[in-house]
Amino acid sequence: MAFLTDRKRAVGMGAAHSGAHHMWGMTVSSVALLILVPLFVFTFGPMLGKPYEEVIAYFEHPFPAIVAALTIVVGFVHFKNGVQSPIEDYTDGLTRKILIIAMTCLSYAAAATGVFAIARIAL
Amino acid sequence: MVQFTLPKNSKIKTGKTWPKPEGATNVRKFQIYRWNPDDGQNPQVDTYFVDMDSCGPMILDALIKIKNEIDPTLTFRRSCREGICGSCAMNIDGINTLACIYGMDEVKGDVKIYPLPHMPVVKDLIPDLTHFYAQHASIMPWLETKTNRPQKEWRQSIEDRKKLDGLYECVMCASCSTSCPSYWWNGDRYLGPAALLHAYRWIIDSRDEATPERLDDLEDPFKLYRCHTIMNCAKTCPKGLNPAKAIAEIKKMMVERAV
Repeated sequence: MAFLTDRKRAVGMGAAHSGAHHMWGMTVSSVALLILVPLFVFTFGPMLGKPYEEVIAYFEHPFPAIVAALTIVVGFVHFKNGVQSPIEDYTDGLTRKILIIAMTCLSYAAAATGVFAIARIAL
Repeated sequence: MVQFTLPKNSKIKTGKTWPKPEGATNVRKFQIYRWNPDDGQNPQVDTYFVDMDSCGPMILDALIKIKNEIDPTLTFRRSCREGICGSCAMNIDGINTLACIYGMDEVKGDVKIYPLPHMPVVKDLIPDLTHFYAQHASIMPWLETKTNRPQKEWRQSIEDRKKLDGLYECVMCASCSTSCPSYWWNGDRYLGPAALLHAYRWIIDSRDEATPERLDDLEDPFKLYRCHTIMNCAKTCPKGLNPAKAIAEIKKMMVERAV
């Protein structure tokens, strides 16, 4: 138990002076996904069920490859920033920090894997 | 942090059922949360029967009647009886509101009354609002100026005054903050809808000169950005205000000055 005043408890360690960029980043990635996801569906969709050689040949074209790569990268950055909010909502202390680190690593690893796979096909 | 179950000593038990008033034909059943810090018992829900033919139309009328005529130990805050003081905020029929302006006819079936959710209880229907008030104080709810005081008054245009409508009416009843899941889980750091509505009230006051400091103090992942636009605050506000909109306006200002 600590004999803190009510005001000291309420103020805590003060403001972190961050948060606006996280919110703006989420807004930007949301708008980007609004454009990218339909493009991805219309470029990737026609290839579903097609023979292997045809799909490989299709993704050697720059437009579908770039759209797929951008969708993966922006999608996972959006996912990372988005999941951070519920982690902060529902956990605290060390658990919170570990989960944020894990989610960040997982997101970047998944994005890198996707980009590497597309690069191998396209290049 | 989030808690999905009540602690063992907070689990609510069935309490005492008080006898029905004799000779009454128009009786309404009230189930009211009771907890006494002195008896070491768990909270309980007591059942009262109120003769509606001799009771006023509001929930607070029934509570006062219960206290006066049935059980004088029932404890609750009340003062103005007209929705101005914010004292009698409680959870009625699942909605945080003011008992004095919530009509009996707005509740279907039995009337269930609990204290404001997720706050420490002082006794019965009285929540401990110490932290809530300290958070309000922390946003500097007063006019902050740096220019020398004018000879007469700080002048404000009619248009600028209108910007305060929908904000100054807040009576700090805590209905909004205690209806907000983000405030439930992170109320120690998240300022909550009421304090943020008041913060915005002073940020957009044309006479106030501390906007940069006010925004600096709010720019924090927890103080401000725990608001996820759930909108419980706007839905429950007994004064019909919209704290979520005020919070959104603060967030817009944060982006405005950053981008």
